[in-house]
Amino acid sequence: MKIIITIILFGFHSLVFAQDDLMKMATDSNETQVKNSTFKATRIINGHSVETVGKNNMDFKISHRFDQINRGFSDFFGLDAATNRLGLEYGLSNGVMIGIGRSSYEKNYDFFGKYRLMRQSTGRNSYPVSISAFTGYSLRTVKSTPELSASDRSSYTGQLLVAKKFGELFSLQLSPTIIYRNRPDKLNDAKSVLATGIGGRVKITKRTSINGEYNYVFPGQINEDYSNNLSFSYDIETGGHVFQLLFTNSFGMVERQFITETEGSWANGDIHFGFNITRTFSFDKRVKK
Amino acid sequence: MKSLILIGTLIIFNIISVYNQSNIYKSKKSLVTFFSKAPLEDIEAKNEKAISLLNVNNNEIVVRIPIKQFMFRNKLMEEHFNENYMESERFPYATFKGKINEKVDFSNPGNLNISATGILNVHGVNKKRTLNGVLTVIDSEIQLKTKFDILLADHKISIPRLVFNKIAEQIEVNTFFSYSTQVKQ
Repeated sequence: MKIIITIILFGFHSLVFAQDDLMKMATDSNETQVKNSTFKATRIINGHSVETVGKNNMDFKISHRFDQINRGFSDFFGLDAATNRLGLEYGLSNGVMIGIGRSSYEKNYDFFGKYRLMRQSTGRNSYPVSISAFTGYSLRTVKSTPELSASDRSSYTGQLLVAKKFGELFSLQLSPTIIYRNRPDKLNDAKSVLATGIGGRVKITKRTSINGEYNYVFPGQINEDYSNNLSFSYDIETGGHVFQLLFTNSFGMVERQFITETEGSWANGDIHFGFNITRTFSFDKRVKK
Repeated sequence: MKSLILIGTLIIFNIISVYNQSNIYKSKKSLVTFFSKAPLEDIEAKNEKAISLLNVNNNEIVVRIPIKQFMFRNKLMEEHFNENYMESERFPYATFKGKINEKVDFSNPGNLNISATGILNVHGVNKKRTLNGVLTVIDSEIQLKTKFDILLADHKISIPRLVFNKIAEQIEVNTFFSYSTQVKQ
């Protein structure tokens, strides 16, 4: 027994000597490895992803949703008509971003903030998932009869975005959501609507991925004429731009519009082709002149 | 009891043999930057998390650079760099392991041009290189500055066809290390 222990210890001893290698000593016990690129853009497709814009970076977003594909050939499968949203997003720090947007659909203005609570990482600070909190306000300005007060045209959104990247190729996100509309369009609709988004990303090549997103509204809150939002996209990233080519059943691109007021249904072929283009600019200090 | 003593002695001996290396200096401060001229936006990044160790007895030197810790001005470019060029999930570190060719008196203050020959590993690909630098000894502190070029093709880093901002084939890398802490005695 003793001999065995001795042999083992001598074994360890020589092992330790073998590790007497400078490279093995060049480690940092404080190192934290963050999982990057859970999603490529600040949106999965319509809904917000866990990602934020980098510090002193500004994203300019151009989004289009064309009309329904089932309009047929006379409307060129929906391409004759489109709604757009122009947005600006700015990173105050690597964990806090703010943004504004203007949609042609309902002439809607939206303002929002997103804050990273934790980032999936390993090492000294190890977290299994990434979590961000999202809050948004949106205001419709399209004329209506009867005319409505600003407060009646307002809605508020709160979301907790929880995402995990499994390996290199697959990311999944769950987004519990509450939307408060001061005055829903349909009389019997609930003012505050609970929903949850689920979204995923599968990388196909180094720079492209397929995304899917479904926003489930818990039953009994909104009119039966509305559908849940379902979207698929193909993302291409080029180092300065992210292009998302997508299919969705919603015209609107703001939470109230696509989560609680989606009129199209995939089953009926009410599918909109669309795209999001993101261009990133940096206002951060140069490393060297 | 006897075996316990034996075990104890061996463990202590082990610990001593690992830590009794006053001839090894570890970097306390480091800065690695790289730069590449590009048509629309210059590609540049800095990394303050690199570690280097220097054995003043046998001139051995190692450097270990965590790729993910390169900070870019443009975060999308940073992701692009990690995902498309360096594949940092698969190859999280760039390393250099080599020996300083010149005879150096590390206790003698002053500047000295030196070169080190060894293996540079970037993107998982080894390449034998001789890198030049300036070694500065200030009392108890040793500083090392190097500047060298990396050819992307040498390390099988391919440039994607569809990119918005094309990176140059050759990247200029600057490193600075300040060694002062001797590894525990």
